[in-house]
Amino acid sequence: MADPRLAVRKTYKLFIGGKFPRSESGRSYEVGAADGTFLANAAQGSRKDARDAVVAARKAFPLWAEATAYNRGQVLYRVAELLEGRRDQFVAEVADGEGGSPAEADRLVDAAIDRWVWYAGWADKIAAVAGAADPEAGPYINFSVPEPTGVVAGDAPQSSSLLGLVSVVAPVVVSGNTAVVVAAERTPLPAITLTEVLATSDLPGGVVNVLTGRTGELAAVLAAHMDVNAIDLCGVTGQDVAALERAAAGNVKRVMRPAGEAEDWAADPDPQRLLAFTEIKTVWHPVGV
Amino acid sequence: MTDWDYAPAPESRDVVRLRSSYGLFIDGRFSEPVDGSSFKTVNPASEEVLAEVAEAGPGDVDRAVAAARRAHTDVWGPMRPAERAKYLYRVARLVQERSRELAVLESLDNGKPIRESRDVDVPLVAAHFFHYAGWADKLQHAGFGPDPRPLGVAGQVIPWNFPLLMAAWKLAPALAAGNTCVLKPAETTPLTALLLAEILQQADLPPGVVNVVTGAGGTGRALVSHDGLDKVAFTGSTEVGKEIARTLAGTRTRLTLELGGKAANVVFDDAPIDQAVEGIVNGIFFNQGHVCCAGSRLLVQESVAEPVLDSLKRRLATLRLGDPLDKNTDIGAINSSVQLDRIRELAAAGDAEGAQRWQPACQLPDRGYWFPPTLFTGVSQSHRIAREEIFGPVLSVLTFRTPAEAVEKANNTPYGLSAGVWTEKGSRILWMAQRLRAGVVWANTFNRFDPASPFGGYKESGFGREGGRHGLEAYLAEGNETLGPPKAELSGDGARHG
Repeated sequence: MADPRLAVRKTYKLFIGGKFPRSESGRSYEVGAADGTFLANAAQGSRKDARDAVVAARKAFPLWAEATAYNRGQVLYRVAELLEGRRDQFVAEVADGEGGSPAEADRLVDAAIDRWVWYAGWADKIAAVAGAADPEAGPYINFSVPEPTGVVAGDAPQSSSLLGLVSVVAPVVVSGNTAVVVAAERTPLPAITLTEVLATSDLPGGVVNVLTGRTGELAAVLAAHMDVNAIDLCGVTGQDVAALERAAAGNVKRVMRPAGEAEDWAADPDPQRLLAFTEIKTVWHPVGV
Repeated sequence: MTDWDYAPAPESRDVVRLRSSYGLFIDGRFSEPVDGSSFKTVNPASEEVLAEVAEAGPGDVDRAVAAARRAHTDVWGPMRPAERAKYLYRVARLVQERSRELAVLESLDNGKPIRESRDVDVPLVAAHFFHYAGWADKLQHAGFGPDPRPLGVAGQVIPWNFPLLMAAWKLAPALAAGNTCVLKPAETTPLTALLLAEILQQADLPPGVVNVVTGAGGTGRALVSHDGLDKVAFTGSTEVGKEIARTLAGTRTRLTLELGGKAANVVFDDAPIDQAVEGIVNGIFFNQGHVCCAGSRLLVQESVAEPVLDSLKRRLATLRLGDPLDKNTDIGAINSSVQLDRIRELAAAGDAEGAQRWQPACQLPDRGYWFPPTLFTGVSQSHRIAREEIFGPVLSVLTFRTPAEAVEKANNTPYGLSAGVWTEKGSRILWMAQRLRAGVVWANTFNRFDPASPFGGYKESGFGREGGRHGLEAYLAEGNETLGPPKAELSGDGARHG
């Protein structure tokens, strides 16, 4: 009788600038399943990794922001397509990490795929909803358009390793922002597997960067970083929120505070998360001959 | 030779009845402070004391916030929106009726030319109330969900550069959305906010809907850190804005900030030079340069730098500096001795760092705070006068060769409030407008404002917008947003959970 074949395990690494580096610190941490069994060692990202991710996000920002809305919409839709093709892998990883029944994991992965599709469709509609052409009391015309805020750092929800992550990343990048996101600390594996999808979806390198590690450690670096324009604190709890907000004030970051109650990521989204990371620009010109 | 000098044409100050002292406007009436003191406000053009004004202490701020909370719970929150609208229309009309009085008082207390307070500030104040009045009963159509709700009580701290206009920018959208307000005017310019309070009395606005607490930084700190607020709105320096953001860290109080700027005004070689020069002058010398969105960095294309600067110097030589109440005056007084010191210090840094200062021949009055219109050429991006907000009539001139270099230099600042572009080429305007990281881009014009249009910053110039539909967002609870503080239940304020 032949020995059962030994599986080839995956090394889970960071996702920075479209590449998959290990943490420069050489650190890793054990990730267990919901039942405690060992799943993998994830990279424990460091301050330097977070800074590298911000540099990559800043570098990617101008081209992604200038990409046409149609193009950004198609790229996000392609993420959904590729996610669909690998759904079984995600169902298994979500079920392992979060526990719960396979049927539940199934629903969460379906919702995550559909969420990419929902946000993809927003790309060329944001301006119609949030923009304006206002009447002036004088011989001028102006128009107002929403533009991406810049580099947005996010702390992904701790309770929802894939759907929660997608729900905070997709609305940030669809408008042209670039993102640095810290994956759920205890359940980071679906996030890293998602980066394999992102890397093959025509999403330019650096538009989404994913760090794994201690949320508290990485969030503090990102909140204080002077080249981060906004921060989403939804994966942060308790006393940390105030300290991170204080750090964020150093360069007048836009701060999205965690919701008062536990967020239901399966609920239908509204465009609020998307609009929170846009800036309105108003362009004036005189009218005359 | 014919004498072409202007004869003085002073606006009469008789229209203003100054009181010797002013109390705090809390719960619909003026009262003495319970734990505050008083301070003097002076005319910056003469250093004459205009009045003694109450300085609110923490206890007074408490009273004001409590009055606003009661008014929100009992009157303003439950009121039919169409009725709220009519109050705001009334205020707009009263401002128009008393416009001359408001303009003269503004020029007296602030030092700005009467031509500006009369033709810009006060008309925009009336227009702002008129615009937002119409929103009060149309909120469900504003795009913030089918059932937008007011936040509750707003604490609003405003600066001294457009005292009455900033009061209108803060109060009108807040009230239209159903909030009540505690307004803290700037220490050096409290008088028009207090006259506006009298106008609110004439309008029969219910007591407590708007409260005015005068004072200095301590009063402002007591207000923004008060735990009875649902919303804080601030216009002023980036430094204080950051302090307020830190103060509100970890709370559920919503915040919008309109902060400093260091706007680039970019002039291309194909720009209509005469119009551009008028725009440059309006960009930096309007309101003595006490404008957060002032075009304080002139970026002029190298090939036309010489004719633009020659023309600009000729134009500056014709600017008339002096009595703010004189209808011929272009440049009034610097608002305070503190601000004058800051302008002098930064201008001296410009000299010390090697930029070349140019000022037209200009007679400064003997008394009061004055600074002549000033150009610095030979400015490099590392100079303090190219990086720091001077908030005075001082223009830093830099040059560029290519559009890409213009964008690079224009965006090389932590600020992002406004920018200007001068060119006859439409596609270049749009190309520049897409790349300039600023909340307002004026193309072939500068310093235009309208209540129907949003205004606000990118980056360290703040967040949130004021004006138009966008300006309502700062004062409405949206979608499924839940507001946290338990004080809502304590006060029995059902509207917050409605």
